[in-house]
Parts: sequence; structure tokens; C-alpha cells
Amino acid sequence: MPTEKTSQTADAVAHVWSDPPDLSPDQDLAALREMLRIRRFEEKAGQLYGMGFIGGFCHLYIGQEAVVVGLQISAKAGDQVITTYRDHGHMLAAGMDPKGVMAELTGRAAGYSKGKGGSMHMFSAEKGFYGGHGIVGASVPVGAGLAFSNLYRGNDNVCFCYFGDGAANQGQVYETFNMAELWNLPIIFVIENNKYAMGTSIERSSATTNLSNRGASFAIPGQQVDGMDVRAVKAAGQSAVEAARAGKGPYILEMITYRYRGHSMSDPAKYRTKEEVKKVRDDHDPIAQVRKRLLVGGMSEDELKQIDRDIRSEINAAAEFAQNAPEPETNQLLTDVLAG
Amino acid sequence: MPSEILMPALSPTMEEGKLAKWLVKEGDAVAPGDIIAEIETDKATMDVEAVDEGTITKLLVAEGSANIAVNTPIALIAGDDLAATPNAVLPDPEARQEPKAKPGPAVKQADEMPSEKPHPAIGLSSGDALGSINTDLSGVEVIETTMREALRDAMAQEMRRDADVFLMGEEVAQYQGAYKVSQGLLEEFGDRRVIDTPITEQGFAGIGVGAALAGLKPIVEFMTWNFAMQAIDQIINSAAKTRYMSGGQMHAPIVFRGPNGAASRVGAQHSQCYSAWYAHVPGLKVVAPSTPADAKGLLKSAIRDPNPVVFLENELLYGIAGPVPQVDEWLVPIGKARIARAGSDVTIVSFLRGMTYALEAADRLAEDGIASEVIDLRTLRPLDLETILTSVSKTNRLVVVEEAWPVCSVGSEICAQVSMQAFDDLDAPPRKVSGVDVPMPYAANLEKLALPSADDVVAAAKAVLYL
Repeated sequence: MPTEKTSQTADAVAHVWSDPPDLSPDQDLAALREMLRIRRFEEKAGQLYGMGFIGGFCHLYIGQEAVVVGLQISAKAGDQVITTYRDHGHMLAAGMDPKGVMAELTGRAAGYSKGKGGSMHMFSAEKGFYGGHGIVGASVPVGAGLAFSNLYRGNDNVCFCYFGDGAANQGQVYETFNMAELWNLPIIFVIENNKYAMGTSIERSSATTNLSNRGASFAIPGQQVDGMDVRAVKAAGQSAVEAARAGKGPYILEMITYRYRGHSMSDPAKYRTKEEVKKVRDDHDPIAQVRKRLLVGGMSEDELKQIDRDIRSEINAAAEFAQNAPEPETNQLLTDVLAG
Repeated sequence: MPSEILMPALSPTMEEGKLAKWLVKEGDAVAPGDIIAEIETDKATMDVEAVDEGTITKLLVAEGSANIAVNTPIALIAGDDLAATPNAVLPDPEARQEPKAKPGPAVKQADEMPSEKPHPAIGLSSGDALGSINTDLSGVEVIETTMREALRDAMAQEMRRDADVFLMGEEVAQYQGAYKVSQGLLEEFGDRRVIDTPITEQGFAGIGVGAALAGLKPIVEFMTWNFAMQAIDQIINSAAKTRYMSGGQMHAPIVFRGPNGAASRVGAQHSQCYSAWYAHVPGLKVVAPSTPADAKGLLKSAIRDPNPVVFLENELLYGIAGPVPQVDEWLVPIGKARIARAGSDVTIVSFLRGMTYALEAADRLAEDGIASEVIDLRTLRPLDLETILTSVSKTNRLVVVEEAWPVCSVGSEICAQVSMQAFDDLDAPPRKVSGVDVPMPYAANLEKLALPSADDVVAAAKAVLYL
């Protein structure tokens, strides 16, 4: 029997505390808005799920907002984003319309996939968002293929390939690491280590828990980043992205982060204590950190509240839209199977 | 005006639960994310979080109450200013309803959809000169070409025509192909477009899919389809389903190709036929040619097709030569079977190497005065049932020949469809000639027994003719 390893959960974020350069007040404000949009969206999605408007699986991103928001700062037109099934935040950060995302969650024709994809399978060709994949690990080689297309075409776009600590143990991830380094693909492997692969903590599933080292056998550099601090995410992302654009190949960013909610809506999260969740929430919340800096920088509580109100009214409108939009026409059952 | 907080569902199947505990009391101020209550079902306990900011004005359901139906108002909250949301006041008892209109009863196969347009570049139907090259190549200049060369020529022509087409796979470049199918391509197109991969089928299949989603047109060669079982998740989940899952926004124009089925004495793990596996999957096209001319024309069509195409070849056919038309645009349409031999007594349907047995059997049956109509399916998905049904309406007898295992095979599907759609045309129950239902043995005599033979086909044809 394997011996129980010491838990590094929750406190692990402290291991990667660094002193990242500050964002400008404008960047902080933009980050606050983006993160709040994701959080309010996810809270609303959770509520609609509870009301029965959203079916199936629904994996919320609450707590992890700084990761995608901090990385998206370094993205430019033509870059690609691909992720697994906890994908709502990535879509909003990529610029997709909350109405279209929410309408997909409610299975309506106005959703990004016309109601045929659902929470885990959503795409936007226009915004360069390549899903939304329900098979853990399978999106990683697909992301490398997107990066391959950039290399093939000789442009300087990069692919942001997100996956979790659970996917990091999949064999195809290492097949991909090998080819990504072998072919010098412009890809950032973003491992969102939120400590739990569904209900299994990283200590119980992984022989080594420093996932940023997982590319070492392939000579892919990596680093752990405080994924709760949007400043740290932005700084790490910027240097990795610049290197990839300059033809220096893949990079691994292990984002130490945390999800406040269960794995999916139907997960009571009995594998961790409420105190653990509370501690991260109280000490490391990505939104609270930015809020605090903005208050110190001279913004008023009222101004910040107004931002929150504006975002909530945008999200409420999206939810309203998603509840009232019509379901797909039944003739849509047979369309979109084959192209041409 | 206060709005209602409703009893939430923990899962799509939950209908009621117990309000185990209130964590707030009347008059408490709450913010989004605050835990306000715990609810229990027989399976789990979960927290209820506030979605809006405001003050709890009333608790409507007492702590400890059981059997509270989902969507029952459990508390009232007064917004601080404009926090109250339209959604929080939705006491709609219909909210958790079953999906409304179920799709109509006439659920058709997607293959029957009208979207299956003829390829614009082809402009040929199965009935015209080029579409029925098997029996009549008159008027068209042909050259004897092996299947191996025909496949290579198809790739080379399409790579010259379209800079987005590239080939990747194990040993495709420097080694010139494990079966020499890609001979000369590295020299002509360079290592940017002819790419040797490590032995990682799942990884490079996925990379091919990603490149295809980004608009490139990869040809992914599997050294054999046996190894592609490592990659079948990428072929089905990432390639075949994406167009549907994205509501038509994205598709994967990719060809997966390589030898399929039994070779010679390579044993169970290298001798499987995957025809039924891939023919089962909506979102894929599946091609399985038996002649060099069809191989070339179909591979060119497959490379130009916007969909993922599974292209099944056979190692034992690579060296077979046949006439291939020397025209610039030799394109054989996907989805059209070919009448390889016309006849009126019995219909024999086959594909890939099964055609070898079918045609040999037809020759021998002819010696007995039996005229077989032999149909080469060429494409397994979409299946050209029309050609089969037309033939059966003439012969009233059906034999299907395949090397694959017999259970749930392509032959099974054809027998089922013909029985359902043309029962009255049949003068005898259809017969299947399939591989034997065992892993492929190594011993020469057993391997021979495990595969169909012309003898088996002759016997089946005579059986349906009651001879």
C-alpha cells in the first residue's frame, strides 16, 4: 500500500509566492473586470443549474479566474486557445459573448454550438477558441496541432493549451511534449493545478507533484506560478509567450490555483475540508487581491461596487437571454454532421 | 421588492431534498458566494451560495424540513440597490421540465441528409465513363500502375495542387514509407511537408486533428490500422464529432490512411479489419478501395473532402497492378459503389481484399452458368445502398463478402438493410461470408481457415440459389 503523503494542499500556493511586478492601474482594472465577469457568470451558471435550466455536467471556474485572465493579456489576434471541460472562463476571456455561452449551457439554438455541444463542447472559430474538450488529455495533442499550423504557415502566433493536474498524468500529454520540443512548436502548456483531479488530490494521484518539471525529460522548460495572483500570471505568461513567438519552442506554466466549487455541480466535495476552501478564499482570492490594490490606489468602494453592478447586469441579461431563447429546431438534429 | 431564493437541484435528476441547515438568519446581509444553507439528498450534502447581494428578509422553509421540491422558494432576499435579478425571482414551476419536443419519429440517418452534395470538382456520377472504369476504360488513356504507386501519385498530385496538404506518420519520410507508399515524396516536398513522427499514434493523430481544425489538410499515415487503436479517441472524439459539437463552426479536413486487415502470417495484433469500427461513426467518411484506379481517385477525393476520412488499404493489395486513367483530375466520388461485374443471377457485395475472393468466385460461378453481379462498395460510409438494392431487385439474391469478423460487421448492416428495405425482392435469405470469429491465428493452415475464400463465396452463392 502506498503511504499517505503529506498534504501540500492550500499552502502550496505559498511556495510560489514571488514578488511579481505590479500591473498598471489600468491593467489592474481591466483584470478586475474580466475576472469579475467570469465569477459572476459562473455563479449565475450555478444558479441556473440549480433551477434546472442547465443539464448534464457543469464545471465551474470560480477561484481560477486569474489564470486565464492573466495569460490572455499576452495573447494577440490569431493565437489559439484550447482547453478541457472547465471552459467557461476561457471562452469569456477569449472574447466570446456571455449570451452565446450561457445559451449553449441552457441548450438553446442561440448558443455557440447551436445547443448541440453543451458546457464541455463549445467553440468559436472567430475568437480562435478551439474547445471545450470532454476527454481528459485529448485536447493537448490537438493544441499542439494548432501550434503546428502556426509553424507551418510561418506566422508568430502561439497556442495556449490549458489542461489540469489530472490530465497531466495522461500518456498523450507526454507524446505531445516530445513532439512539441522535437519540432519546436509555438505552444504554451498551461497546467492549471487546482489540486484535485475530480476528488483525487494531486498527492494521491501523482508520483511527483511539481508539474512544471514534467517536461524535463524533453528539455521543455517550466515554472510554477502563483495562479491566484494575476500579476504573477501575467509576468510568467508574457515571457513564455514572447519566447514562443520568437521561435524558442514550448514552455510549461504550472499555475498553482484552486477551485472553490466542486468538480462539477453534483460534487459535494467531501474530499476536502471547508476550512481548506475558506483559507484559500480568505487569503488568496484573485479578485480580492486586485480589488485591494485598486482601493489602495485611490479607487472608491462605490466605484468598485458600480463595476460589479454593471457586470452583474450584463450577466443577468445573458442569463435572461439564455432562459428565454428557443431550443434548436428539431430539424437541427441531423445538420452539421458532415461538412460540404 | 424582495426576490425569492429557490431550492436548488444538486443534479439533473434531483427532484427534492432536505433543507438541513440555515447558515444565515433573517436580517443578515449576504454577498455573492456566501454560503447561506446546506441541503441534503440521500446521496450528498451541498452548500447553497447566495448569488445576489442583499439582505435576507425572510426564511420561508424551516431548518430540517425534508422533501422540499426543487425550485420551491426557500427564502426572500431584498437587494441592496439593483442586485435583485430577474432570475432570482423566477418561481417558474415549469423550470425543471423535460426537454420539450422530442425529435420527430422519423429519425433518419445523417447519411440520408441532402447535405451530401456531389463533390464540385468531380462532376461524375457512378454511371458515367469515369465512374464505371472497372469494365470500360475505352476512350481513356490508362497506364498499368500498382496500388502502392497509385496512392503515392494521388498524394503527390494533391500536394502539388494545395500547399496546405502535408503527410505525417511513422517512417513516411526518410524510410520512404514502411510499405514504400510514400516513396519519393520527401525528395519532392521536403521535410516541412513530409514528416517522420515518433511512434506515438495518439499524439500525432491528435496533432493532425489540431492542424486540420486550424485549416491545414493533413494526411496521417498509420503504419497499420492496428496501431490506430491507440489513436481511435482522437479520430472519433476530436475529429469526427467536432463539426457537430461546434454547431458547424469547425471541421477537420484530414485523411487517416494505412493498411487494414490481415496481411500474411503477422498474427492477431496485426491482422484486424476495422471496417465496421469506423463505418459506425457519424462524422466520418470511410473508404476502402480494391483497385489502383479507385485508390488513386478516391484518395484524391478524400484529401479534398472537408471531412475526416478513414482510408482503409490492404498490404496484400499494394503490389497489385491495374489500369489507372492518365487524366489530370482523376477523382472517384466518395459514396458511390462500383459494379465490378454485371450479372443477373446473384448479387455479391464486397470491398477491399474481399473483392479478390468475390471476383474469383464470380469467374468460377460463370463456368457453371451462373451470372454474378459483383459490387465493389469502395466507400463504407456513406454506404451506397441504392446500388445494392437496385442489383438485388434484379437478382433477388444477396451474398456479402468481407474479411472482418462477422458480428456487427459491414456485411451484417447490408444484410439488415436489404432485409428491411427489399424483403419482397429476396428469393432467399442473404448470406454473409466473413472472417472466422477468432483472433487471427499465426499457423499458416489456421490463418487460411480464418479468412474467407473463393470457395466460401461460391458455396454461399449456390446456397442462395438453392443449388
